[in-house]
Amino acid sequence: MSANTKAADVPVLQPKDFASDQDVRWCPGCGDYSILAQVKKVLAKIGARPEKTVFISGIGCSSRFPYYMNTYGFHSIHGRAPTFATGVKVANPELSVWIATGDGDGLSIGGNHLMHVIRRNVDVNILLFNNRIYGLTKGQYSPTSEHGKKTKSSPMGTVEWPVRPLSIALGAEATFAARAIDVDVKHLEYVLERAATHRGTSFVEIYQNCNIFNDGAYGYATDRTAKPDNVIYLEHGKPLTFGRDAAKGIRLHNLRPEVVNVEEVGPDDLLIHDEQAREPSLAYMLSRMRYPEFPEPVGVFRCVDAPCFDTQVRDQVREAQAKAGDLDFDSIIAGPETWTVA
Amino acid sequence: MSPPTDNAFAVAPKPLDNIEAVTIRFAGDSGDGMQLAGTQFSDTSALVGNDIATLPDFPAEIRAPAGTLAGVSGYQIQFSSQDIFTPGDAVDTLIAMNPAALRVNVNDLRPGGIVIVNEDAFVEKDIRKAGFSANPLEDDTLARFTVHRVKINSMTEKAVEGLGLSNREAGRCKNMFALGLVYWLYDRPLDATLNFIAAKFAKVPNVAKANTRALKAGHAFGETAEMFASHYHVDKARLAPGTYRKITGNEAAALGLITASRLAGRDLLYASYPITPASDILHEISRLKKTGAMTFQAEDEIAAVGAAIGASFAGLLGATGTSGPGVALKSEAIGLAVMTELPLVIVDVQRGGPSTGLPTKTEQADLFQAVFGRNSECPVVVLAPCTPADCFQTVIDAFRLAVRYMTPVMVLSDGYLANGAEPWRFPKLADLEPIRIPAAGQNGHEHFLPYERNADLSRPWALPGTPGLEHRIGGLEKEDVTGNVSYDPANHEHMVRLRAEKVSRAHIEGRELIWYGDDSGDLLLVGWGSTYGAIAASVRRARKKGLKVSHCHLRGLNPLPAGLGEKMKKFRKVLVPELNLGQLCLILRARFLVDARELSKVQGQPFTISDITSGIDAALEEK
Repeated sequence: MSANTKAADVPVLQPKDFASDQDVRWCPGCGDYSILAQVKKVLAKIGARPEKTVFISGIGCSSRFPYYMNTYGFHSIHGRAPTFATGVKVANPELSVWIATGDGDGLSIGGNHLMHVIRRNVDVNILLFNNRIYGLTKGQYSPTSEHGKKTKSSPMGTVEWPVRPLSIALGAEATFAARAIDVDVKHLEYVLERAATHRGTSFVEIYQNCNIFNDGAYGYATDRTAKPDNVIYLEHGKPLTFGRDAAKGIRLHNLRPEVVNVEEVGPDDLLIHDEQAREPSLAYMLSRMRYPEFPEPVGVFRCVDAPCFDTQVRDQVREAQAKAGDLDFDSIIAGPETWTVA
Repeated sequence: MSPPTDNAFAVAPKPLDNIEAVTIRFAGDSGDGMQLAGTQFSDTSALVGNDIATLPDFPAEIRAPAGTLAGVSGYQIQFSSQDIFTPGDAVDTLIAMNPAALRVNVNDLRPGGIVIVNEDAFVEKDIRKAGFSANPLEDDTLARFTVHRVKINSMTEKAVEGLGLSNREAGRCKNMFALGLVYWLYDRPLDATLNFIAAKFAKVPNVAKANTRALKAGHAFGETAEMFASHYHVDKARLAPGTYRKITGNEAAALGLITASRLAGRDLLYASYPITPASDILHEISRLKKTGAMTFQAEDEIAAVGAAIGASFAGLLGATGTSGPGVALKSEAIGLAVMTELPLVIVDVQRGGPSTGLPTKTEQADLFQAVFGRNSECPVVVLAPCTPADCFQTVIDAFRLAVRYMTPVMVLSDGYLANGAEPWRFPKLADLEPIRIPAAGQNGHEHFLPYERNADLSRPWALPGTPGLEHRIGGLEKEDVTGNVSYDPANHEHMVRLRAEKVSRAHIEGRELIWYGDDSGDLLLVGWGSTYGAIAASVRRARKKGLKVSHCHLRGLNPLPAGLGEKMKKFRKVLVPELNLGQLCLILRARFLVDARELSKVQGQPFTISDITSGIDAALEEK
């Protein structure tokens, strides 16, 4: 990222240097604390400068994020963070712009903007905290809540079907799409660093536990004994394996993923992860894999290069200016035809 | 100009009568090219030095079924050797390309006026489609007028013969034939339109040739045909000396935004979602990227205002433009800009409503929405241009206030200003006052204080990228000075009052109102926005008759001009003409306890001079 420098005369910053003086007010035990800690760690590690970093959010628990960062920050309105971020990035492409959003903010009220910011490949990093519930409004079902989920607004179980954030991102042509888990801190740090260094929209879904309104939603992926059978770590160029001793794997059968025993089928039959594939079809298929039928992939689903919106907007202006040469602004005001009254 | 006929010498020139002002209207199907013919006629009239005022009037449907009343598109222009204020009340000459166009427009023609009809289009089927029981050319429907029956279709076809055009392509040249004929009738040169044709159809030479031939054929027909006994000349207007151009309200708004960016030394981001009648501002700025201006066609109205606010947060001049329905969608974000105290300009090109309403027609019914239309106590500055060219100065004023007071400013244009054109004695950049932006700094504090205020009660505009000024803003209530989130009851009331006080000071000094007439008398007309021309013309007429009438036209609507209440109280009566049900009138009554009365019109059409004159007469008669 252009905003990050490690010149010798610039003091090296520690994670704590990115903390603002405001008290963090998330509930004790909330998964957001881990995300905040890893983000600060990554910013320090990549040499980010607070003055060149902007955090923008909408509304919800996740959207309090900017207040806790000693960077520039904008806590905006519900669902619209991508629109403000687009304006900031066009205004100053040198800035490193981050969006903190949630499953309600990003996928419900802000679904439209999420699709378009990704489609345009605006050079921003989107962190979608997915806790599968509305936290700040105290526990209604969200667009990622499972069918039948009983909440205050669905006492008999919701009759809606959940969307999969990564499927939506990939459907909108995301050039970078990844998933991480709040408590899997080392891996979260790795994914955040990858997102921060990608040029273009980086979309990261973070499984985040709301210990008040939806505790244990990701128990299958975080419980030490259950996790190996339910999570696949994606690595570019490596076969998809999981389970204890990587005994299980995924292969394609009739264009569908299938869980196999590696010993039985042999390693050559396994699906090899390719995050750089131009066609996002395999990444999309991975985004559809859901517990309990499948282990759920985490890591980088897709990472490809494409021109960014913000720089292209600037480039077009530069091109028009170069073509016009020395512009006489008064001729712009005068327009093509004038006449003089004596 | 030489007519394209070999025996032109055989025809003796017809007499040329001098007249002062003419109002003509081109009317046809929405596919007949009437807007183009009207625009060309306006351009030429401006170039020959007339004062002009125009009123394009077209349906929302791109192509309504041919020949129907719903599909009629019209373009009215008044051109004059005098200073004029409106596109004219009654039409002197109507060009009707089909029966529907005749039916829709004939009642606006003055008795004795000229009507030129495209006789070829008066066939049984289209006559019935227009709702005539019989051919209006055959009965006494047009008895009060001078009727010229011209076979425009067939003569156009003949003029373009041999150029290898399809019937459809040939038919599309008929607007040029009609235009050529009207050029002859009013003694206008063809050059400007010939140049336009050459440039527009440079890549299709046979189409260029066809349009040229049709235009010349129409002109020659006027000269040679037996039906026109004479033609007319309108002298140059005695406009103030200077260099002029023709400009529409949307063009002026676009130029004003770009110019404000120059004056402020900050780049412009104009973010907008296409909407009638505001889209031309987006088109115009997009075309002028060479000035450094940036545009963003957003996914919706909310994204457009969001991007403008984001750009503003990062130091650009952020602007968005829309119409009433779009303002409704942007309201929450405008509230955020009020809370975060960021500069923002919103151009609302008003149209008939509510809801989708009358997208292509004019109205002034967004005043309440502009002044009050957000949740809670949420004041913004509201300005209104009064002529098409005034949109330029108004958006520059808007940005000047927006950056000085760190506030959103709404500019209330409307469909009439947006599409209407007038001559404009344009300024040079050097004549305009630079827009000064106060510097932001730490001011000796340990931490930057984003809500510390200057003498204007304005907070500093600190830009991301600046070391030491890192800060967080947002929609939650702010603690005074520090800008930290605060739920303190006393702080909230303090901040609500502070925001209100700040906006109440945002006056455009010297340009808040236009006054005409004495400062006391029997009747004061208070108007705002696009009604300026009709009110100004009526008040001048009334004063000529010796009536004690004055005109106060507001360019600043929030805050209202200082001393306005006292000014109004010096008149026996106050009349407020508006293209709504009395929105400004209600505000004036509430704010100043004056017995102001409404003069309302809500028909999607501007006031005529006689609408206002009747209002003046009625108000003065009433005891």
